[in-house]
Amino acid sequence: MDTLWLQVTGTLCNIACKHCFISCGPKVDRHKMLTREACVAAMDDAVARGCREIWFTGGEPFLHPEILDVLDAALARAPVGILTNGMLIDEDLATALGERFRDAPYNLEVRVSLDGATAEANDRIRGKGVFEATREGIRRLAAAGVELIVAISVLDDNAPEREEFVGLLRELGVPRPRVKWIPVFRMGREAGRQRAYEPWEVLAAEDLAAEDAAVRLMCGTGRTVTSEGVFPCPILINEPAYKLGSALGEAMGAAPVDHPACATCWQESFSCST
Amino acid sequence: MLDLGSFDKVALFGGVYNNWLALEATVADARRRGAQAVVFLGDAGGFGPHPNRSVEGLRSLPIHAIQGNYDDSVGQGLEDCQCGYTDPRDNHFAQISYDYTLANTSAEHREWLRGLPVRGELKVGGKRVRLCHGSPRRVNEFLWESTTPAGFIDHLCREEDVDLIACTHTGIHWERRLADGRGVVNVGAIGRPPNDGKRTVWYSLLEAGPNGIENRFVAVDYDWERLAREMTGEGLPPEFVETIRTGWWTTCLEILPGRERARGHH
Repeated sequence: MDTLWLQVTGTLCNIACKHCFISCGPKVDRHKMLTREACVAAMDDAVARGCREIWFTGGEPFLHPEILDVLDAALARAPVGILTNGMLIDEDLATALGERFRDAPYNLEVRVSLDGATAEANDRIRGKGVFEATREGIRRLAAAGVELIVAISVLDDNAPEREEFVGLLRELGVPRPRVKWIPVFRMGREAGRQRAYEPWEVLAAEDLAAEDAAVRLMCGTGRTVTSEGVFPCPILINEPAYKLGSALGEAMGAAPVDHPACATCWQESFSCST
Repeated sequence: MLDLGSFDKVALFGGVYNNWLALEATVADARRRGAQAVVFLGDAGGFGPHPNRSVEGLRSLPIHAIQGNYDDSVGQGLEDCQCGYTDPRDNHFAQISYDYTLANTSAEHREWLRGLPVRGELKVGGKRVRLCHGSPRRVNEFLWESTTPAGFIDHLCREEDVDLIACTHTGIHWERRLADGRGVVNVGAIGRPPNDGKRTVWYSLLEAGPNGIENRFVAVDYDWERLAREMTGEGLPPEFVETIRTGWWTTCLEILPGRERARGHH
């Protein structure tokens, strides 16, 4: 097991994006916050299984009241990535993240989601006022010396230009802009925004016979822990049929890969490693 | 698996990237320092000029070789270098150097690259060293300093039943040891500088010491001005030449973890 995903705030988020594949939002607690103790227990279990990286997701991880304690526990064990909308990153939090980025035993990646290089383009998906708040979060992270990444969803047939985002990031004081493109998963709210998956959009046996099958799919090298149990990946946490167990020890067998989202993961070689 | 036997002092290098001038300088330096064996950990091609010169060097010198992803790709004539990049700009530049290398490597050299072993083993002072390109389990797995935690190193050493893992693939050298002396030495690359604003390249000397295997990274000067001229003469992108002249990486940057990226200029 290479990658431990922790759904640190479950499905609780401060915003409700139209493309969210697990339909997170301010009142959505289908998956609840993980306690610090539950996070540490999962980390120790994962490290004993050879885990080499830990990712925090949600919901919005910075809603967690003990997020810096949980982060320190993780960084003592492995490199950590945090997926965030950046809106809650005030000066103090940015400073704390900057210190950890420089001084922690291992790498800290802060990946900020931004789905447009303008307020108009971003906020049609992520909600009114989000662009402004995220922009300020990015500015503070850059000032604190965090080498952040901006994650951009490919929402339509015409992906936005990389240079638009690079220009925006330079304006915000980011010296070496890093961007990453993320595919949409046609589930949750995204199913209503554009369309849902068709039942035939699944992986074929020939795909899975390939030599690199295991490392191409997220479930080939990782597991996701939420308050409700262990799942193959952060994408399928709302699909009860794909729950693998209540603890990592019960969830290490091969995961089923017959969901249409598995085909997206495969086609996009979806990996949250940089 | 290539089993090289036991030594007191060995030199390990990786990532020639067609830098045949650095290859000559590195092997001469390792001999001068008394290395009993010199081992290449893969990736003869990429980035630099005149691919045949590096392979000729590797084949004519008394050194041992492990296969890298580039060698596998060029050997088999695959479509790309299998470096594992995920960013479109990285892939754009990687494809330019790969297409150039593939087109300019002779059939005989490609056959030699195709036949290289993917893993090896040797002993230094009785301690076992696993030789590989990316990681012991995957030829194109990146082991960076900031993303290779102690627990994972312990796991890899146990799985391989070795004291030390020697790898390359990232192009930046680093070392991490556990309290009991086991660990990983990433020997870096001699094909281009490690994104540090200097022009020297690096290799690794492992030596038997009183506390087990001691590692020392050795800096190598070579005729970088000549290499830069040859790259320009071959029509390789100015971005590649800039790296040789300045010591800062300009391409294939998105694969770097944040901490390693922050140390660079671009």
